Amino acid sequence: MTLQEIITQLNLTVLTAPHPPARIKPTGGYASDLLSCVMAGAKPGNLWITIQSHINIVAIASLNDLAAIIITENSIPETAVLEKASQQGVTLLGSSENTYQMAGKLWELGIR
Amino acid sequence: MSNLHELYGRRGRIITDQDAQEISRVEELAYDLKICQVMTSQVKSVPPNISISNVLEILRLGRISGVPVIADGALRGILSIEDIVRAMEKNELGAPVSAYMSREVVSVNGYDPVVKALETFSEYRLGRLPVVDEHHQLVGIITKGDITRGILTALQKDYKEEELRRYRASHLFDDITSDRTSLILRYNIRARDYLNGGQASSYIKRALLRLGASPQLARQCGIAIYESEMNLIIHSDHGGTLRVQIEPHRILMQTTDDGPGIADLTKALTPGWSTATQDVRDMGFGAGMGLVNIRRCVDKMELDSAPGKGTRLLMEILLRPEDRFKEPADPEATL
Repeated sequence: MTLQEIITQLNLTVLTAPHPPARIKPTGGYASDLLSCVMAGAKPGNLWITIQSHINIVAIASLNDLAAIIITENSIPETAVLEKASQQGVTLLGSSENTYQMAGKLWELGIR
Repeated sequence: MSNLHELYGRRGRIITDQDAQEISRVEELAYDLKICQVMTSQVKSVPPNISISNVLEILRLGRISGVPVIADGALRGILSIEDIVRAMEKNELGAPVSAYMSREVVSVNGYDPVVKALETFSEYRLGRLPVVDEHHQLVGIITKGDITRGILTALQKDYKEEELRRYRASHLFDDITSDRTSLILRYNIRARDYLNGGQASSYIKRALLRLGASPQLARQCGIAIYESEMNLIIHSDHGGTLRVQIEPHRILMQTTDDGPGIADLTKALTPGWSTATQDVRDMGFGAGMGLVNIRRCVDKMELDSAPGKGTRLLMEILLRPEDRFKEPADPEATL
């Protein structure tokens, strides 16, 4: 399933999308708000679900080659974060749902 | 800057699938490129008094779908296929252009960014726009096709530039003959500079990719360096330095700071142990996994620290034969 289909089906807000989402196929997911756990646990191409929205999430996604970050509970990042994400080619998505709900829905879509 | 704010303002809203597909590096280019860089400047135009059937012929021969109508040097209107269809329905192909042309011409300026043309296309549901200069003289015409072409050309240029950089860098070790070649990158990391946290790691990762490292190796180094960079930002008194030494067969990474030093090294290396403050933990740091992650990514790790002195962390990754940077086959032969 492509990132674009996920965005549509889960009604995610596209905050920045420097890559064509229609061509990215997430390889799985990882949920945590602890950055070092994400560094250790997330695999390249994964979607990362977190409530963190500060600037350091961008480096985590970029260094780990993550498919996108889904920021939950309407935790909207500041402009500087969006700017940096755009520069580094990191896709940021937003949702009003919490991390648990988001993970469940992705699981149901077959992102496992 | 106002453009940027506009961009992010728009990104902040819920957007449709259509929008989502269009937002990309392409959108950045839509802000960077000027209309005059992508427009067609050899514009065919017609006077208002010729017949519509004549224009039909011009459109057919030029394989275009509309022309600006010019009288006395000024833009008077635009005649498009849609207008011609209206004339056809009434069997009035012999009528002058002025009878069917659209008079309320929406135009764009050549020095506006391409995104302005895109916005105008969707706002007015138009397929082409005349482009005028600051004196309102027609200088070109822009269609969605021109924009697609312009953006593709720019993307290709981006791609070629990166490829070229990568090509040049990847021959670095190959082109230089010495008994021991190494490339040293140094970064000064400031304490509490969360805003730039991960910046040095990103630079290093990019440098490695340009040198021809595999994505997996670049990621592995990126993670180790990120964790050590963040340690300097979070824990050091006055920041520190990050030094990366790239050699054909290995990568040596080292961070050094002048305090406060680690009281208990065994605890520091225990997964989950952290001395980070609550503020830092709220940002998601201080999971107590940093050094543990580093150890996982490198072949050798040496942590040297004492309270009141400072900390030195040495990390080494030995490159597998297939990951090694290319060297001259036989140094003697090239001397």
